[in-house]
Amino acid sequence: MEPVFFYSFSGLAVAGAIALVLFRNPVNSAMSMVAAFVGLAALFIGLNAYFVGIIQILVYAGAIMVLFLFIIMLLDIKAAERPKRRNPLLLVSATFIPLIFLGQLCAVLPNIENQSPQPLALEEAADKHFKAADKPERDQSEIYRSLKEGSLPDVHLVGLTMFGHRGDNASIPTPGYNFPLQVIGVLLLVATVGVVALSLKKKEPRPEDPDS
Amino acid sequence: MASLQEYLFISGLLFTIGLAGVLVRRNIIVIFMCLELMLSAANLTLVAFSRFNLSSNGLPDYNGQVLVFFIVTVAAAEVAVGLAIIVALYRARQTVDVKDLTSMRG
Repeated sequence: MEPVFFYSFSGLAVAGAIALVLFRNPVNSAMSMVAAFVGLAALFIGLNAYFVGIIQILVYAGAIMVLFLFIIMLLDIKAAERPKRRNPLLLVSATFIPLIFLGQLCAVLPNIENQSPQPLALEEAADKHFKAADKPERDQSEIYRSLKEGSLPDVHLVGLTMFGHRGDNASIPTPGYNFPLQVIGVLLLVATVGVVALSLKKKEPRPEDPDS
Repeated sequence: MASLQEYLFISGLLFTIGLAGVLVRRNIIVIFMCLELMLSAANLTLVAFSRFNLSSNGLPDYNGQVLVFFIVTVAAAEVAVGLAIIVALYRARQTVDVKDLTSMRG
C-alpha cells in the first residue's frame, strides 16, 4: 500500500473513532463509526485482504450501522447525555488507563522486527502452490489461472483455507475450519432465537376479549 | 510501503480510543459502538500479521483472515443480542444512561 493511502485511510479511521467518542448525539456517533469502519476496510484492502475488506464494509458499515441507527431512532431518547457533573475519579481513570495501555504498546512495538511487506510473487506462488498437482488438474484450477494472470484470487484462497482441501490440490492438505463453521451456525441460530425471545412483549390479560 | 509496526500502532490506537470511549461515555448504545470498534481494531492486527508472515507458497497466511471472518460473524450476532437487551432494558427502566442503572452495584 502506498504510504499516502495508508496515512490518509488510517487518519480517516482514527478521526472517525475519536469523533465516535466525542460526539454527544448518538446518531452522529453512529455516522462517525461508519467513517472509522470504512477507513479500516480500506486498510484491509491495502493489505491484499479484499474479501475481509468487503465483508467489513457489508457487515459493519452496512448491517450493524443500520441496526444501531434503527435502535437509536426507535428509543428516541429525548434528554441525550446531559452534561451534568462527572465523577472526577472516573475521568482521571478513563484518561490514564488508555494512556497506560498506549504507553505499553509503544514500549513493545520497537522490539518487533520492522519489516516492510514483501511484494507478492504471484506467478511463483502459482507454481509452488500446485507443486504436487497433476498438470490437467492444475490447468483447470481457477486459482492457478488467476495467479498466472497476476491477480490474487483472494476469495478462492479464503474458501480453500476455510473448507480445507485434499492433498492432490496443493502441497499440504489442511483440515479446514468445517467444525468451527458449524459452531458459528449454531451460534447465529441461538442469537436469532434469543433476540426474538428478548423482544417478545408479555401479553397483558384482557378480560373483555378472551379470544386474543 | 507501510511497515508492520505502523499497522500494529494504528490498531492499538483504535483499540485505545475504543477503550477510552467505553470508560468515559454514559450512553449504553455509544458504549456498545466503542466495543465494536475495539473488535475491529483486533481484526486489523490479524490481517496485518496474515499479510506480513507469508506462508510457504508465498501467499498471505489465510488462516488469519478466516479468523477475522469468524470474529465478524460473532460481532454481528453480539450486536443483535446486545441491542435487543438494550431495548428490553429501555422498556423496563426508560433510560439508556449507565449512571441510572446501578441496581447491580455491590
